[in-house]
Amino acid sequence: MTITINGKPEVLEGSTVLEVLKLKDIDPQMVAVELNTQIIERDQLATTSIKEGDQVEFLFYMGGGS
Amino acid sequence: MDFNEDQITRYSRHILLPEVGGKGQKKLAQASVFLIGAGGLGSPAGLYLAAAGVGRIGIIDSDVVDLSNLQRQVLHHTPDVGRPKVRSAEEKIQVLNPDVQVEYYQERLTAQNALELIKQYDVIIDGVDNFPTKFLINDACYFADTPLIHGGILRFEGRVFSIKPKQSACYRCIFKQPPPPGLVANCQEAGIIGAVAGIIGTIQATEALKLILGIGQPLTDRILDFDARKTTFREIKIKRNPNCALCGLHPEITELFEHEQEICQLPPSGTVAVS
Repeated sequence: MTITINGKPEVLEGSTVLEVLKLKDIDPQMVAVELNTQIIERDQLATTSIKEGDQVEFLFYMGGGS
Repeated sequence: MDFNEDQITRYSRHILLPEVGGKGQKKLAQASVFLIGAGGLGSPAGLYLAAAGVGRIGIIDSDVVDLSNLQRQVLHHTPDVGRPKVRSAEEKIQVLNPDVQVEYYQERLTAQNALELIKQYDVIIDGVDNFPTKFLINDACYFADTPLIHGGILRFEGRVFSIKPKQSACYRCIFKQPPPPGLVANCQEAGIIGAVAGIIGTIQATEALKLILGIGQPLTDRILDFDARKTTFREIKIKRNPNCALCGLHPEITELFEHEQEICQLPPSGTVAVS
């Protein structure tokens, strides 16, 4: 299955958003996840399925400023 | 108000722009911007907003200038080490453009003072270095209904986006709450290319000017992420989140509060601290 992660097409075998996070070795607490421009709540990551052509954005925290 | 000859010369490159003109320049002179943080982001933002002729600039920062700040905090110069950042910032802005009225507050932004301060300005610039204050600013701007230009920097990367409360996605629509302490480098341990702060702070200033002038497309409902390693900008479309605890359909946050401040770990000896 090909999905687009942060703008780049990738071939991955996960069926839910949480599985994709695990395959990418990303701690769910470290990112906000957007699926096709919709924010996915953290407690829904395991139940939100991913399909061919989906656009996923992992938005990491960026807290600096000074 | 009318501009004198010197002012017309000073702002001539603005006035030449059809989208600005004398009318726009007057809007800038009558506008006010509040810089929260006079550091890496606040420095370039403050300098460009002052040079642009924004009539009133507020600055809040409780820190004093440290030698390690000078690598990127271009409002502060070597003789300023040890001085309050707000005093140093006020001086530089005043020398750059005496037309600007500067108001400064040598204190931290808190749940007690945030709303009252933010209400006094037209546009807010987030230039703080910690998550709890970023969330506080987001919430206060929502309650004050004041547009906010959010900025963040880390290592080689930067992020900027604008928030028009009740109209566009807010910080909490995307990030519900600060990350658990210790999980995300945000204090002194990570490092930052100084010029990246310049890029993000300057975009924040540009977006503030656009909002005041009412020109172009604001950076709302999209996040702009910059990566200096590849020199790429990436735009991520976002939208208001109906489940947002602040601006969603069933808000749970109805008054200002402060998330617990993360306690910065002292860097191991031999490393260089960056704040």
